[in-house]
Amino acid sequence: MRSGKIEGVCDNIDAELFRLARQDESAGERVGYSNYSYWHSTWRIFTKNRVAMFFFFLLCALLLFTFLQPLLPGQRDAVKIYTGDAGRPLRNAPPGRDFWFGTNAIGQDLWARIWSGTRTSMLIGMAVGFFDALMGVLVGSLWGYVRRLDRLITELYNVVQNIPETIILILAAYILRPGMGTIIFAMCIAGWLPTARYVRNQIVIIRDREFNLASRCLGTPTSRIITRNLLPQLVSVIMMRTALAIPLAIGHEVFLTYIGLGLPVSIPSLGNLVNEGRIVMMSPSLRYQLIFPSVMLSLITISFYVIGNSFADAADPKNHL
Amino acid sequence: MFAYTIKRLLQSLVTLAVLATAVFLMMRLMPEEGYFGEGFDRLDQVQIEAALTQMGLRDPLPTQLCRYLSNLLRGDLGRSIVFRPQVPISEIIAPKIPYSVYFGLASIAISLIIGLPMGVMMARFKGRTPDLLGSGYVVLVKAVAPAVCYIFLQLYLSSWLRIPMLFNVRRPLSWILPVLCMSLGNVANYAMWMRRYMVDELNRDYIRFARAKGMSNSKIMTRHVLRNAFVPMAQLLPTSILLTISGSIYVESLFSIPGMGGLLVNAIQRQDNTLVQALVLIFSCVGILGLFLGDVFMAMVDPRIKLDKRSGAR
Repeated sequence: MRSGKIEGVCDNIDAELFRLARQDESAGERVGYSNYSYWHSTWRIFTKNRVAMFFFFLLCALLLFTFLQPLLPGQRDAVKIYTGDAGRPLRNAPPGRDFWFGTNAIGQDLWARIWSGTRTSMLIGMAVGFFDALMGVLVGSLWGYVRRLDRLITELYNVVQNIPETIILILAAYILRPGMGTIIFAMCIAGWLPTARYVRNQIVIIRDREFNLASRCLGTPTSRIITRNLLPQLVSVIMMRTALAIPLAIGHEVFLTYIGLGLPVSIPSLGNLVNEGRIVMMSPSLRYQLIFPSVMLSLITISFYVIGNSFADAADPKNHL
Repeated sequence: MFAYTIKRLLQSLVTLAVLATAVFLMMRLMPEEGYFGEGFDRLDQVQIEAALTQMGLRDPLPTQLCRYLSNLLRGDLGRSIVFRPQVPISEIIAPKIPYSVYFGLASIAISLIIGLPMGVMMARFKGRTPDLLGSGYVVLVKAVAPAVCYIFLQLYLSSWLRIPMLFNVRRPLSWILPVLCMSLGNVANYAMWMRRYMVDELNRDYIRFARAKGMSNSKIMTRHVLRNAFVPMAQLLPTSILLTISGSIYVESLFSIPGMGGLLVNAIQRQDNTLVQALVLIFSCVGILGLFLGDVFMAMVDPRIKLDKRSGAR
């Protein structure tokens, strides 16, 4: 009876199931493959950091508005001098409905000037940050990868690195005529060296690690070793240095403007605005001219600083699991 | 150790020579009206040529360079052109040196006194209120442009504490604010690195062993962590000297302290080529000397450092 039931079950089973299946090689691949993605993982760790996300959205909003502001309706000109009823310029008008952030000492609209100045300063900062990263990676990787160059560049570095950065900055800006290009050039000369050294140190550390050795033994082409093995390890450092170079450049611009080597007064920049505000800061009713640009500048630089640091943490492969 | 010091000294001298030459050559690129000061417009071409030849500026470049370097070696920095016409620069600078030196040293001392304990407290209460407050301060100071920080400190601290805004030799109260401003960045640096090094030490195995032995927390902190965290701090000294120099240029001018930093800003604004040249050289000398002393000091403090290799996070 028992055996009869089993026989009954067997009768209902589809014979197809007992045929040998063809081996699916790609299925085997799928099991052995983890869907770990470096950038995905970096982004996930970054988004977990609440403070960093706050500053990230703040910065995105600020940047978006900075570049959209001239296109919006009802915006005023940043360099035009506005006049009142009697044809006299509207000097030092307090913040109000007409002029949201008031006007400055010669009657220009502070609201428009601040956004225009932010554009200028951001442009300077980004140009400097980009150049720093570019030169830093190029020279740094040559310095670290080509063993014959190591000695030479190190000696050169030891000579140049002894000179205070501020002095290089002042000297370069003093000798060239003041202007946008000059300022960017001066900051670039002063700034890329530390980045190159960071990159070089990182490359020297990971150049001869076992995984690189293994890749080389397996015949991986050098380009793939660089893009897959070396660069992801460097990305955190490079991104952080670039992100930190931007607030530094904005700060340098303020400094250079103060000592009289900055942009011409006709171009609004955060440095020029802070400096204009500093001149009138002694009367409390005009202090808004100092406070508004300073707050703007601080928001931007703090955002970059916090984002740069948290991104470096997130992008560090050691923190990935 | 001795060989290292000699090698490092030679390196500094090479840097100095390279810098002096570079500064000299770059100054030749400046427009020539910078050598005349007031009344340049009234001169005609012949007079200008005559004056330049008389100053030796029409000699071949190598001759000029040799003369300039040998003058430098004898301590002759040239004469000012616009700022105080025809006065030897060493005479202008001499009375200003003490101010800069005192303020610089005071600032470094104060940042050590404030920064180190701050870092220790931050590491001790890691993740709690003192740590968060300290980190906030570090981010604020390191991210916001120092220029803006100084202006706001000058503006608001002086009115809250009722101390004078500008420097005055006869009122010691007015010395507080500039020193505080100059120490701002260094305090943040010291606190940040002190905290990081102490946290690094706290995670080491020997600390766990000390805990297992039943050593009290405060004893572990003072006997082990603090001592070992101090060693890498030595490499921050050169950085802080450089930071102080760049801070002093701004702060001295902002508080009208009659020091060299304020003078440099003045000389730049009035386009006095020789004075700028001399001041830039002096500031770089101080920087190079500071780095040299810092490196030698570091090698003395830390026996683990290989003497022929430069290291450290600068």
